[in-house]
Amino acid sequence: MIEVKNLVKSYGDVVAVKGISFKADEGAILGFLGPNGAGKTTTMRIITGFMPATSGTVLVDGLDIFKNSLEARRKIGYLPESPPLYTDMRVDAYLRFIARLRGLGRSAVDDALEHVLKVCGLEDMSQRICGHLSKGYRQRVGLAQALIHDPPVLVLDEPTIGLDPRQIHEIRELIHELAGHRTVVLSTHILPEVSQICQKVVIIADGRVVLEEQLAKLPAGTSLEEVFLHAISKEHPEDTARAEETLEEVGAGHA
Amino acid sequence: MRNALTIAGKELAGYFVQPVAYVVMSVFLLLGGFFFFNMLRYFEVVLQMYTAMQNPEVLARLNLNHAVIEPLLHNLAIVLVILVPAITMRSFAEEKRTGTYELLLTAPVRTGEIVAGKFIAASVFMLIMIALAGIFPLILVMFGNPEVGVMVSGYIGIALLSVSFVAIGLFTSSLTQNQIIAAITCFGLLLLLYVISWPAEAGGARFGDLLRYLSLPDHFGQMVSGVIDTRDIVYFLSVIVVALFLTQRSVESVRWR
Repeated sequence: MIEVKNLVKSYGDVVAVKGISFKADEGAILGFLGPNGAGKTTTMRIITGFMPATSGTVLVDGLDIFKNSLEARRKIGYLPESPPLYTDMRVDAYLRFIARLRGLGRSAVDDALEHVLKVCGLEDMSQRICGHLSKGYRQRVGLAQALIHDPPVLVLDEPTIGLDPRQIHEIRELIHELAGHRTVVLSTHILPEVSQICQKVVIIADGRVVLEEQLAKLPAGTSLEEVFLHAISKEHPEDTARAEETLEEVGAGHA
Repeated sequence: MRNALTIAGKELAGYFVQPVAYVVMSVFLLLGGFFFFNMLRYFEVVLQMYTAMQNPEVLARLNLNHAVIEPLLHNLAIVLVILVPAITMRSFAEEKRTGTYELLLTAPVRTGEIVAGKFIAASVFMLIMIALAGIFPLILVMFGNPEVGVMVSGYIGIALLSVSFVAIGLFTSSLTQNQIIAAITCFGLLLLLYVISWPAEAGGARFGDLLRYLSLPDHFGQMVSGVIDTRDIVYFLSVIVVALFLTQRSVESVRWR
């Protein structure tokens, strides 16, 4: 469904992504893991067509994100790292605007709006101003925005960051329910999140893929933490310290 | 085009949910009223003076358009140099700062449509404001007998001027994520277009002509005095097209930088 081929992205002299390739299968949730600064957000921005790669390409449902950009973008729902809300708009007006922008007809907008409000648990919030919402609800509106045109592909950049444990749980459940027939690429550095809801994991470190595997095929008895640490330390020993920090964060998220 | 209108509708509604638009409109109309009242007062005083002096020659030459509407429009144009940046500074800078830029650029919408949408919204806002300032000539028509054709020409002039300003404002806003920088750069450019012909006398024939051609008040002044020349219309349309083209390139640049 999504095919990432040899992506390279450099910002001036800094090479952020050094040749990433992986595949996300139709109807599966792919966990996109990596330490901070590994190139996750850059990769996702390229997949969604926000910016082009220096070289390499991305196929979304067979469409090249650069050559057939408009058609390919129509198939994607994207939640960036911070939910992209117009802070002075009402939730319903905001979602209507996005729906129109993503190509829904006037008559389809009402149904789509009603549907995403229900799915994302925002029914009571539709008249609120986006800027007045709490962090958790902003994240939900962000998800609703990504879903409103019922895209076959969802790209979510750290959807649970900065939420309290209960909200994290709710958003995870939501993503799990949403997946269904969709292809989801979910970036995170919270490992239990991946074990809970993903079918496949891609780990990147320092701009390269160090592991691409179905979760079910990981060696029996090893936890994802061990796999993650092993994978990133193999290539770049200096990353271990950072990974342990990540694990501490994970521990904190659990407590 | 549909996408451009969707964006324009959202932008235009956006202007009216925040106080900036109302403040800008009020300042524009209040200052306009102040200018109008003063010029009208002055005109009346002069009129009375020459009537008392029984000087029919001068009286015949006194002209309501010339004495009131022309200076009013010139003054309002200068007010626009300051107010337009305040309206356009948000357009792209704010989107970049809050991250909604990513939303716009990953939506299945061409950058040209984004620019067109924002341009239409800001232009419509300006035209509403200028239409409201139409109260001044309306008062003259009700209580006097000005030349309507000249006033219409002047208002077409200030409408074209404001829309050109908007195009320049969108361009400066597309260059930065800081609204203040966007506003000040826009203000600087507009003011420069206003004074660019100052060195024309000293600049030699060719260079001087070029500067005079670029000078905004020269073209605007023609229209205000009742002359609608294709040269002036072409000038304003060129400013709009060039500024919008640069804006589109600047927005698109995120894709090839």
